[in-house]
Amino acid sequence: MTIGLTLSGIDHRYRDLTVLEGIDLTIPPGEVTVLLGPSGCGKSTLLGIAGGLIEPTSGSVTAEGDVAPDCLNPLTYVFQDFALLPWRDVAGNISLVLEDHPLPRAERTARIQEVLALTGLVDFAAAWPRQLSGGMRQRVGIARALAVRPACLLLDEPFSALDAQTRDLLLDEFAALIARAATTCVYVTHNLAEAVRLGQQIVVLSRRPGRVREIFRIDRPIAGRRTDEPDLLAIEARLWELIRGDAVAAEREIHHAG
Amino acid sequence: MRGRVAFRGGGFAPRPSPLAGAATLIVLIAFWQTASWAGWLPRLFLPAPREIAIALYRLALSGELWRHLGASLGRLAIGWSLGTVAGLLLGFAVGLFTLACSPGMAVVSAFFPIPKIALVPLFIIWFGIGEGSKIATLALGVFFPTVINTAGAVDNVPRGLIRMGQSFSLSWLSIVRKIVLPGALPGILSGFRVTSSIAIILLVAAEMIGAERGIGAFVLSAGNLYDVDNLLAGIVVLSLLGLIVAWAIGWLERKLLSWRG
Repeated sequence: MTIGLTLSGIDHRYRDLTVLEGIDLTIPPGEVTVLLGPSGCGKSTLLGIAGGLIEPTSGSVTAEGDVAPDCLNPLTYVFQDFALLPWRDVAGNISLVLEDHPLPRAERTARIQEVLALTGLVDFAAAWPRQLSGGMRQRVGIARALAVRPACLLLDEPFSALDAQTRDLLLDEFAALIARAATTCVYVTHNLAEAVRLGQQIVVLSRRPGRVREIFRIDRPIAGRRTDEPDLLAIEARLWELIRGDAVAAEREIHHAG
Repeated sequence: MRGRVAFRGGGFAPRPSPLAGAATLIVLIAFWQTASWAGWLPRLFLPAPREIAIALYRLALSGELWRHLGASLGRLAIGWSLGTVAGLLLGFAVGLFTLACSPGMAVVSAFFPIPKIALVPLFIIWFGIGEGSKIATLALGVFFPTVINTAGAVDNVPRGLIRMGQSFSLSWLSIVRKIVLPGALPGILSGFRVTSSIAIILLVAAEMIGAERGIGAFVLSAGNLYDVDNLLAGIVVLSLLGLIVAWAIGWLERKLLSWRG
């Protein structure tokens, strides 16, 4: 049981700056859709719009599909900066998103234990966020997201604040997690290797104003994919070819949006 | 360039040492006492620490100290609490609602610069010479800085955390209670340091304008009688009061903000 999203006619402007223009996009249920683009192309904004955190200037997002009865928050985010409450320990941060729901105490505890086990955090339940490395913090972010049993995960460059080695480790863990759960995922990144490692549908956005440039499909299970496989490398090379010019231009741009 | 590279990254990092702080005060008092004994200081205008201590002891023994201190502490507690509660409420409203934001800040900006002491005569006309006028002065003096400080603290809560709460569909009340309030607490508590000092200043000033009891009234009447020993004893009590309040706030911070490590 999972949901798909349809984004239709999305435009977004910050004052007179057009960030997104004419985005029509289908997020198929149970698949990982990667939103790929150079920095500043509005991919994070698009993710915010997809989950209802940002109101688009025009256009709409519709969800379609059945949500499991134990799902507490169908559209659930994982944030780039982790967004953990520094005044709650690891278990408390996960508990936060369950407390508003009428769950029996035992069920709440069980859910916390379950996601701690899934993310390898069992020994860290009582640790404070400031005591954790970046990788462990994002594990908490993922555990918190899984605790509500989401129908669709929205991930905003979840591993880009981590060092390269930690990122590879977490990416493998995360790939295994979602391959098993078959949850719909929208994954924003500017990292090509991440895109081909996780994506079943890769949506390449253009430089601002962001439009859909091209959509790639990789119809292979995520489980067991390796970034050094020839077909994935070939797609990675084509993706780079496609966005290289935009990346160069984006880097030389003066920033307007604060 | 040849030779050993000299270290040049030192300094700019003072370390606190409670022992050095206490020692400084003790040395200062000892110096004062010695200067008095040596006859460098005119006793009539500046008594020695020993005499002040004796005066304080007599006041404590006769019960006079507790009578004045009790009156002052009562006013301080009631006035500060009233101003703080009202200030926190308006501060949160200003920090959370567009409707309260500009109107609230406009009122605060207009009234904040008025020296509250100047309002004591007005409050005496409104509330009488008794407790009302003093408590009103304190409460008002505490209220405005609390509003400004609380609104700023609420505004400084990371937006990302609030958005996180929204993304998990937490209720408005949960977001305020579990994200905004703890996030603003460090700022609010450091505001308490400022408002408690303001409250003590206003307390003494209001007690000097019209009161029979209270440390401010006691200091003033001792001055009128040229009773410098008692005058300074009163001032020492005020200094101790300030120290105790600062310590209490520090304790509260350590207790409530232990997550900062």
